[in-house]
Amino acid sequence: MAALIETKALSRAFGGLKAVDAVDFRLETGEIRAIIGPNGAGKTTLVGLICGRVAPSSGTILFEGRDITRLPAHARVMAGIAYTFQITSVFPKLSVYDNVALPVQRRLLAQGGVSRSALDAGVAEALDKVGLTGHAASLAGDLAYGHQRLLEIAMGLALKPRLLILDEPTQGLSDGEIEGFIALVREIARDATILLIEHNMQVVMELAGRITVMNAGRILAEGAPAEIRADKAVQDAYLGTKTDG
Amino acid sequence: MNGASTARIWLLHLAVIAALAAAGFLLPDYHRGVFSRILVLAVFAMGYNLLLGYCGLLSLGHAMFFAAGLYGAGLPLYHLGWGMPASFAAGLAAGSVLALVVGALALRTVGVAFMIVTMMFAQVFYLTTLYFTTWTRGEEGLVLPPAARRVELGDVVLSLSDPATRYMVALVLFSAVLLVCLKLVRAPFGRTLAGIRENEERMRMLGYDTFRAKLGAVVVSGVICAAAGAAYGLMFGYVGSGFASIQYSILPLLWVLVGGAATTLGPLVGTAFMVYVIDYASGLTTAWLMLVGAALIFVVLFFPKGILGTVRERWLKWLP
Repeated sequence: MAALIETKALSRAFGGLKAVDAVDFRLETGEIRAIIGPNGAGKTTLVGLICGRVAPSSGTILFEGRDITRLPAHARVMAGIAYTFQITSVFPKLSVYDNVALPVQRRLLAQGGVSRSALDAGVAEALDKVGLTGHAASLAGDLAYGHQRLLEIAMGLALKPRLLILDEPTQGLSDGEIEGFIALVREIARDATILLIEHNMQVVMELAGRITVMNAGRILAEGAPAEIRADKAVQDAYLGTKTDG
Repeated sequence: MNGASTARIWLLHLAVIAALAAAGFLLPDYHRGVFSRILVLAVFAMGYNLLLGYCGLLSLGHAMFFAAGLYGAGLPLYHLGWGMPASFAAGLAAGSVLALVVGALALRTVGVAFMIVTMMFAQVFYLTTLYFTTWTRGEEGLVLPPAARRVELGDVVLSLSDPATRYMVALVLFSAVLLVCLKLVRAPFGRTLAGIRENEERMRMLGYDTFRAKLGAVVVSGVICAAAGAAYGLMFGYVGSGFASIQYSILPLLWVLVGGAATTLGPLVGTAFMVYVIDYASGLTTAWLMLVGAALIFVVLFFPKGILGTVRERWLKWLP
């Protein structure tokens, strides 16, 4: 069976800098995969290439065996690849309801049509999953930071993606919020494959089935959390010297 | 979003239309004439508002869409002897084709570049109307004969030379466009445009083809402005290059900002305010532009988001 995501010799250069350098990456359906690595290792560029925000310099990207290298970002989202932003990127001047209604109506439009009841149900479902049910009428910009992060995830969930890419989702969250977040991701992982960029090692070790370590645009190591912890090269490059970004 | 506020919103808009209909019988002749113009120009402003207010695209070339409607309707009526309904339809067609072509090209740019590109296209359109003087008679323009500006529906004859008929025709057009706009901005399409206005990149990552949505907005906006232009030409019987000049690209921007961008009734309020300020000031003094300037400063000081935009922010949060 084809992997959910497979990249072949995928590269992206910014000027002389090879942000992602001939990366072969495989992600199987149903995984929770974490990508870790020091700042500037190419993590965000790699997921940017996968979801279509960044165009590759060379190489190919397959989604369930289908070549999506030339597919524009919005079409990849409709194919089932959702991305949540590292910097919270909700619509601050729109209500929480409208923030989630946007992805829900996009999904409904693709399925044939938007009815008020289907829209309301979709919004309620996504808000319920992240625990923001009571906030539907608030302006998104008025929410507390932790709630904005949850709203961002609700917007991703509302698309009902096959693959949900979370770019540093716990950045700026309190310890209590992180606990809740870990439970939430486990819940989401029942229906979707998760690809997570994360600096918080506690979150990575608790959640990830497998970990990919990047350094200088390449994949340095890949394996189960225990293997990664034991890997000498990883310790040198990353774990021993630096634990957060 | 609930049923009660939906009912309230529709009631408000229907009440505005009813009040305008009553005004058609109550207003003295002079003001009824002024309001006939205001209603048609407000349609122009509503088309502009759809793009600026709801989609966040600032065009400096909307005179070309107004003039496309004006000439699209006026030329076949004058030169080919087409009837009014066919001429009006030709005006709409001209506006939609122009909006599609200009939108497809101009939307490759954003921000200031979009403003400049739309302005350049509008200048090209303006110069074109001057170039083909044989057909358009340029600045001097064409006067559409009253005999051509009438429709016979069985025994009833609608003549646009009659001021009362003219007012009612303007009101019908205004009401139709107002209700279409209200429906549109509260539909998924309106929410999509607002999302693009707030954060286009995020919309793309929610699966939206934002180029297509923006092109859709430009075309709808262009058709509405063309409808205003076509109606203006047919109602007042005059088609001239002046309506394609840069001034007519700036005016709808001004009307929308004064009335309140992204409010459904703001374009009407802004247009009426500006037309009356200019009308009143020019009656008082030859330095009327100074008075108009003072009025604008007053609006900016006390209504920074436009009249209805500020009313919504402070008092009536439910205003669409």
